[in-house]
Amino acid sequence: MTQLALIIDLNVCVGCSACVTSCKEWNSSGISGPMSDRNPYGKNPTGTFFNRVQTFEVGTYPNTETIHFPKSCLHCENPPCVPVCPTGASYKRPQDGIVLVDYDKCIGCKYCSWACPYGAREIDEQQRVMKKCTLCIDRIYDQSLPEAERKPACVLACPTSARIFGDVHDSESEVSHLIREQGGYTLMPEWGTKPANHYLPRRKIMRQVHEDELQRADNPLKKEAPLPIPALDEPSLEDVTSW
Amino acid sequence: MQPALSLIFLTILIGTGQGLFLALYANQIWSWLGFLDTPVSAMLQVLGSIVALLLLLAGLIASFFHLGHPERAWRAATRWRSSWLSREVIVLPLVILSVILYGLTWYPDSSPQSSASTSTLSLTLGTIGALLSITLFICTGMIYAGIRFLQEWSNALTIVNFTLLGAASGFTLAAVLATNNNVAHLQFFTLTAITVTLLGLITRGASLWHNRTLQHKSTPQTAIGIRHKRIFQLAQGAIGGSFNTREFFHGRNRIFMQRSRWLFIILTFVLPIILMLLALNTAGKSLLISAAICQFLGLFIERWYFFADAHHPQNLYYQNA
Repeated sequence: MTQLALIIDLNVCVGCSACVTSCKEWNSSGISGPMSDRNPYGKNPTGTFFNRVQTFEVGTYPNTETIHFPKSCLHCENPPCVPVCPTGASYKRPQDGIVLVDYDKCIGCKYCSWACPYGAREIDEQQRVMKKCTLCIDRIYDQSLPEAERKPACVLACPTSARIFGDVHDSESEVSHLIREQGGYTLMPEWGTKPANHYLPRRKIMRQVHEDELQRADNPLKKEAPLPIPALDEPSLEDVTSW
Repeated sequence: MQPALSLIFLTILIGTGQGLFLALYANQIWSWLGFLDTPVSAMLQVLGSIVALLLLLAGLIASFFHLGHPERAWRAATRWRSSWLSREVIVLPLVILSVILYGLTWYPDSSPQSSASTSTLSLTLGTIGALLSITLFICTGMIYAGIRFLQEWSNALTIVNFTLLGAASGFTLAAVLATNNNVAHLQFFTLTAITVTLLGLITRGASLWHNRTLQHKSTPQTAIGIRHKRIFQLAQGAIGGSFNTREFFHGRNRIFMQRSRWLFIILTFVLPIILMLLALNTAGKSLLISAAICQFLGLFIERWYFFADAHHPQNLYYQNA
């Protein structure tokens, strides 16, 4: 079984929102279009997005840290939004685990958005159907694209490689390695939704320095102490004697 | 949550319609069991069925205003295996159908003495209709109670409240319709309406208490997966708000919520009970009518509060909304 997903590395995300604009650009003109906006150039612009970058401040000044937090559909392995759909418009593809909405079947009742604890679904006000991240399904399988470009638009746009795309069910894939070795975690694990998307935590490079490493308790060669001066007839040894 | 007017109308109107039908059926059963000396008035059963039908149809129409694509509404009946919403979509027309058939069994019989044949037929149809009405209450309740992370809704009290509040307003309405009827039937409706309203007050009070003492499972820490007590949101990913900031927030302050809570407790439960108790002694028609209007208005605030009271875990990602 395949479960395609995104890994988001919070350690390197700089919050530039390139993934947001790239996602909007690709999907506006793709199968998920038009992703309509209201007052796009006005005072309070609002619209449909599949991906948003939020910013959180953790801690109290001066010990604060800024977390840029990209947020999109997590393509749960146990998606609570799918069984509640009365029309079957919301579904999870068995072949690759992508959760999708059939825009021709959706009646726009918004029940699935209530049933998503992450708020990943947004209604398109113009098309009046529910929309969400498709993992760029019209791109990742496109044989006319060079293989390196068969990735979601957000992944290709990320300048710091904070977004990695792959199959989380394949233990040897790059994403599985990252989850395993860099401490990948899921959001709101308390609801048992088993999100496929994982987040990699902030990782600081730290060295544990013990007290006895600062003070040389053990110095057999007496390096810091004045070394004995050998007699003139004795042979001199570097490091052992001094002149 | 942001309460949707269409859903408030839908749940109140069909709830009252179902309750009214249950009241008519209960009266018939009560009389059939021999507790009432005078036979059930066919006039009342027909009139009641028509009013119940109109309420159910109005609710159905209201539900269409909730949809982005009402022309595709028929598709909503296809996923009854997994979706409670789909089940509601199937059961509602069945309830409407049984109310029509039930009303028709009484229609040709305009004399006060109902014949045995219509009685057996209407009893059967009434039983089916009553079971369907209760099923519809369960479906409506489960739509909300089935979302397990909306902890304010995800308990049995939600279903009990939908049933009892719908029944309460239905029985009160039946009492209003029966004012020109025999005193025994009027007393039956008034007494049952008082009882159901009182039960509703207890269970709704219990759900208010449950929500007050609720510990939410999701926290900002589990939402973004960072272990620190102080997580402060700087940006929500949108300048002018988004679907997430509009759909899941009611935008009212605590004082507004507190006042609307007391208002609906008084209007839906306390005042109607007092008015109906007074009506029992004085047999005042206007008292019953004002009790019904008062309760109906109270239900609108109650239902608004029901929706607004639920805190969606997605709101943790929109702390500044």
